[in-house]
Amino acid sequence: MSTTTTPSLPAAAVPGRSIAAWWQAAPFTLVFALFFIVPLALIVMVSFWDFNDYELLPGFTFKNYVSIFAGCGDATDGLCVTLKTYYSTLKFSFLVWLITLVIGFTVAYFLAFHVRSSGMQTLLFVLCTIPFWTSNVIRMISWVPLLGRNGLVNQTLMGMNLIDTPIEWLLFSDFSVVLAFVHLYTMFMIVPIFNSMMRIDRSLIEAASDSGASGWQTLWNVIVPLSRTGIIIGSIFVLTIVMGDFVTIGVMGGQQIASVGKIIQVQTSYLQFPLAAANAVILLAVVLMIIWGLTRLVDIRKEL
Amino acid sequence: MTTRIRETRPASFWPLAIVFVLFVLFMYGPMFVIFILSFQGPDGGLTFPMRGVSLHWFAKLAEGLGVVDIGAALWRSLGLGVAVMLCTVVLSVLAGLAFRKRLAGGNTLFFIVVASLIMPSIIVSLGIGLEFRLIDNGIKAVVEWLGMESALEGYGTSLGLFTSALGAHLTWTLPFGLLIMFAVFNRFNPAYEEAARDLGATPWQGFAHVVLPLIAPSVVGIGMFGFTLSWDEIARTSQAIGDVNTLPLELQGLTSTVTTPSIYALGTVTTVVSFAVMGITLALVWALGRRRKGRSG
Repeated sequence: MSTTTTPSLPAAAVPGRSIAAWWQAAPFTLVFALFFIVPLALIVMVSFWDFNDYELLPGFTFKNYVSIFAGCGDATDGLCVTLKTYYSTLKFSFLVWLITLVIGFTVAYFLAFHVRSSGMQTLLFVLCTIPFWTSNVIRMISWVPLLGRNGLVNQTLMGMNLIDTPIEWLLFSDFSVVLAFVHLYTMFMIVPIFNSMMRIDRSLIEAASDSGASGWQTLWNVIVPLSRTGIIIGSIFVLTIVMGDFVTIGVMGGQQIASVGKIIQVQTSYLQFPLAAANAVILLAVVLMIIWGLTRLVDIRKEL
Repeated sequence: MTTRIRETRPASFWPLAIVFVLFVLFMYGPMFVIFILSFQGPDGGLTFPMRGVSLHWFAKLAEGLGVVDIGAALWRSLGLGVAVMLCTVVLSVLAGLAFRKRLAGGNTLFFIVVASLIMPSIIVSLGIGLEFRLIDNGIKAVVEWLGMESALEGYGTSLGLFTSALGAHLTWTLPFGLLIMFAVFNRFNPAYEEAARDLGATPWQGFAHVVLPLIAPSVVGIGMFGFTLSWDEIARTSQAIGDVNTLPLELQGLTSTVTTPSIYALGTVTTVVSFAVMGITLALVWALGRRRKGRSG
């Protein structure tokens, strides 16, 4: 499979072509310059600005960063708000990552290795991805009639006389937040892992079983390592989404659970842009560290 | 190799099949529940049992929910979705073509695109919101410096549906568009193009008559990505939109205030739009495939 930037195509040899390529990529590049690079630069810049009740004051101060970590130095009263929020957000990220990884891997494994006709494979794969195209908020509130105080789950359990009073922690709790995340984002695990698995040469698996490997040994020593890229890409997606989330935690936590994204959102709504920007810079640093820790460059382009 | 007789299923098939079925139920079950509940009778509530079947809550929805004008939000979202779709298709295809050639800085651009894809949306959104507010401040400062304060009376903000919100959506849809283009061109046989060129086709003819028809189904797919991702987008829009709201943003606000099945009716309506777009896409892809087969056969 050829990579796309290497000038292997004859067209690339024609002089003047690279200028044409530049023009073709220009509008695309411009969008990312205007709506991605400049905004990120502004965030970093404004995080050092000062502000008062009604306007931003250009300058250079560490005030915003200092106030975010105010009180974090002394460990006597437990964790400060910022660290507590990061701890809670990281906890959600880890739990959701673990659950989506297990479910995503299992589903992808079933599709890739147990469904034999490719027509059926495509059909079932599409079946798994369709919900991705529908509204996330709708998919969140669709849990309300199931998990609510008088919801289907509580009705059923009470009908079976298993419980006397409705279970309260089903909705607007850590549980419902994790459930909604898994519901929404397992797809981001399935697709890349399935993609990696479909590239595994089937003769390797036959070779493993001919050499006397058990099913589990083949799975652990052949399939998992060869699906590594898909697993890493899926993990990056899920972790970055959960780390920056404020919508799911807001709706499914009944607006009661804190998250880093929510802090930024609230500060923005009070027009405290420098504070929000400083928080965004810290969040970005944490996310980058996670990604860096997960992988030292998987070439995503080769995986398409 | 001898023809293989259908092998017996490995022992792991059935447990995994059960997991898969449960997963599909988990994905679709809740959606069906609110679909059913949106047809709740006028006396019915947010949960089962159903008290009759009616379109009552759809009628309520059409009247508007509280102060929120759902119809206007729906049209805004549709308009934005179409704009995002068109931009995504055109810009992704152009960029995809550019990446096939020698593109100076191509690796950097690709890195930026991937970064945009995995960047927490709240950060992108905050940055764009900030950018446009600073633009506002700049415009006001310039106008005041020119001594034309009266010109500012009608001016609200540069944040808006087709400025900041459109840009915010594109940072989310374009990466998908470009990745699809990569996947397409990685499997694309350049021999057809070369044949066209050898026969004297100009680059534009080669593109319009050879490349485009071949990649057309994927281009339609990119359009679907563009529209549906925009239609449901919240996180990147949230801080990057001015005084108006898109439908999903209104919906998010309604989750905490509306306590009638109207909200399920709204859910059914938005889901129907998503499914309609998917249906149209599939039909188009199918028709394009048939046309191609008809020609070659």
